[in-house]
Amino acid sequence: MSTKRIEKIVGKAIPMPRDDIDTDRITPARFLKSITFEGIEKALFCDERENTPDHPVDNPAHKGANMMFVGKNFGSGSSREHAPQALKRFGIEVLVGVSFAEIFAGNCFAIGVPLGVASADDVNELIRQAQEEPETRFNVDIRNSTVSFGDRVIPIEIQETRKAAFLAGTWDMLTNLRSNLPQVEEVAQHLPYVTNFENDAQ
Amino acid sequence: MSKNTLYDKVWDSHTVARLDSGQDQIFIGLHLIHEVTTPQAFGMLKEIGAGVAFPGRTMGTVDHIIPTLSQIRPYEDEQAEKMMAALEQNVNEFGVRFLHLDSGKQGIVHVIGPELGLSQPGMTIACGDSHTSTHGAMGSLGFGIGTTEVGHVLATQTLALNRLKVKRIEVTGALGPGVTPKDVTLRVIHDLGIKGGLGFAYEYGGDVFDAMSMEGRMTVCNMSIEGGARIGYVNPDQTTFDYLEGREFSPEGEAWERGLAYWRDIASGDDAEYDDVYEIAGESIEPMVTWGINPGHSVGISQPLPEVNSFSGEDRNTAEHGYEFMALNPGESILGTKVDVAFLGSCTNSRISDLREGAQLINGNKVHPGVRMLVVPGSQQVKQQAEEEGLHEIFTEAGAEWREAGCSMCLGMNPDKLVGAERSISTSNRNFIGRQGSPRGRTHLGSPAVVVSSAIAGCIADPREMGEQA
Repeated sequence: MSTKRIEKIVGKAIPMPRDDIDTDRITPARFLKSITFEGIEKALFCDERENTPDHPVDNPAHKGANMMFVGKNFGSGSSREHAPQALKRFGIEVLVGVSFAEIFAGNCFAIGVPLGVASADDVNELIRQAQEEPETRFNVDIRNSTVSFGDRVIPIEIQETRKAAFLAGTWDMLTNLRSNLPQVEEVAQHLPYVTNFENDAQ
Repeated sequence: MSKNTLYDKVWDSHTVARLDSGQDQIFIGLHLIHEVTTPQAFGMLKEIGAGVAFPGRTMGTVDHIIPTLSQIRPYEDEQAEKMMAALEQNVNEFGVRFLHLDSGKQGIVHVIGPELGLSQPGMTIACGDSHTSTHGAMGSLGFGIGTTEVGHVLATQTLALNRLKVKRIEVTGALGPGVTPKDVTLRVIHDLGIKGGLGFAYEYGGDVFDAMSMEGRMTVCNMSIEGGARIGYVNPDQTTFDYLEGREFSPEGEAWERGLAYWRDIASGDDAEYDDVYEIAGESIEPMVTWGINPGHSVGISQPLPEVNSFSGEDRNTAEHGYEFMALNPGESILGTKVDVAFLGSCTNSRISDLREGAQLINGNKVHPGVRMLVVPGSQQVKQQAEEEGLHEIFTEAGAEWREAGCSMCLGMNPDKLVGAERSISTSNRNFIGRQGSPRGRTHLGSPAVVVSSAIAGCIADPREMGEQA
């Protein structure tokens, strides 16, 4: 399992101004019928894109973008990891938004996609900037928790525990979890239901 | 910070280590797996050459992609067949227990967990499905995870997690006639909002929950995630114990007595402290139905649809989008809105009590000729029980379709889907755009009673008025 340090992401951004974008919209369920994540990026917002001729994801001005600015409660609903996988495989390396749903945020962390949270006003400014001047190069600085363009520096919040893991390159938790397997056994032995209450545990 | 709640006790007793990241490594007591969110996770195990750490704490079944009409193999849908075959191969290779179609115990993971006594109080329960919060009804901590995390549980039986805050939701008094647990959960989401639960576990309590059946508690806990709360639970009590006793995986004899002691002990103490408390008077809850594009867009069935400017700044855009997409207008009544499809099923409302309630209301009536109605039991055991009680005949005589167990029309991953701009009234949990399989399909959520009364009327109808006619 390879893992890498994530300190800084520089590039263009796709603006997604709507709030409450759920994972059914990011990757409709019929695209979950696969035994790999390969090609899942083709499903990214595909139903919306079909019904919206000028969808930001298809706008040639945003071609090559590696970040996305989103509204409130992004990634709500279904726990499908297909949603962050589609974003990542499409080329999105970081998202900045007003707020993110819990499971979605956990999934993004698990696959090494940082999420930055900013105030609604600041996010609106970022979205407007990306809409009006799509060639703008934004700079997301994980260590200093900022996103900047030109002279403008906007503070973002990155959950401390996750930020530390991105900077240290330890966001792939599996190695960590596996190194504690002996302690796992010990905790299991003290939980009476693990033996279906056959023993007088504890 | 919360203290001495069930959440705190279970969290502490399941903590393996504090990780460098600052997260806690938490032991998972029960891991439920299904065909959709596991193939890549098993792939990960193969890649690193690991096995399943605690195969005896894992149980698999198939629910999302399974057709509810003809289940003859190979499935017509090649992709569904491929996923099924991958799951069969993986559970064999890794030695994981699997409730297959021929077991008589297959069903939606969140129906079979409690039904078989697999889900018990004081456990941590994870599954690659957001509605794992359902198992909180048993007095456990159930929560949904993504596929990478499924891999973590398979390989280590643990997860790296951040501790949540605990919000107590107290529903006092009693529910009025025709008002059901589904209405309680829609009202909670309506009041606290779809992001109100971000960062929280919900503890449900109060007179209404004390008096509620286990199935009803499952309906409420199921939709916690729709309010943003990854976990929702009810403290275990005599109702829980009575439900558990005698189930296949429940302890027996002396072990049962030890189980009882553990379960009583794990409940929130009288001195428990919460990060927040929210109270609703049971009497103030009406049958609820959604009008928009998320589960927070709901209204008491007799109330006019809310004005757009009743939403605060940020939510106004979503509300406007909701009205536009659903072709409805503020100020109108939701009653009388024509529906094409009525769906009674899903992990929210497909248990025997839901089917009994539906059958009782539909008995002697007919599904409106303009409506296609699907009744889909949540498990093979629920189906069998319903058939022993003759419920299937009541539904089919009324003109509804009686199907095999599965997720069905909740999510558009199997042949049961809306077509074009069809409008449905559904007992499922999500009215998101495209959720029921058609990008233009329109979904209204409601209780089994609302779905049945609407199926008969051909339009959204108040079950309380139907009762008066009968």
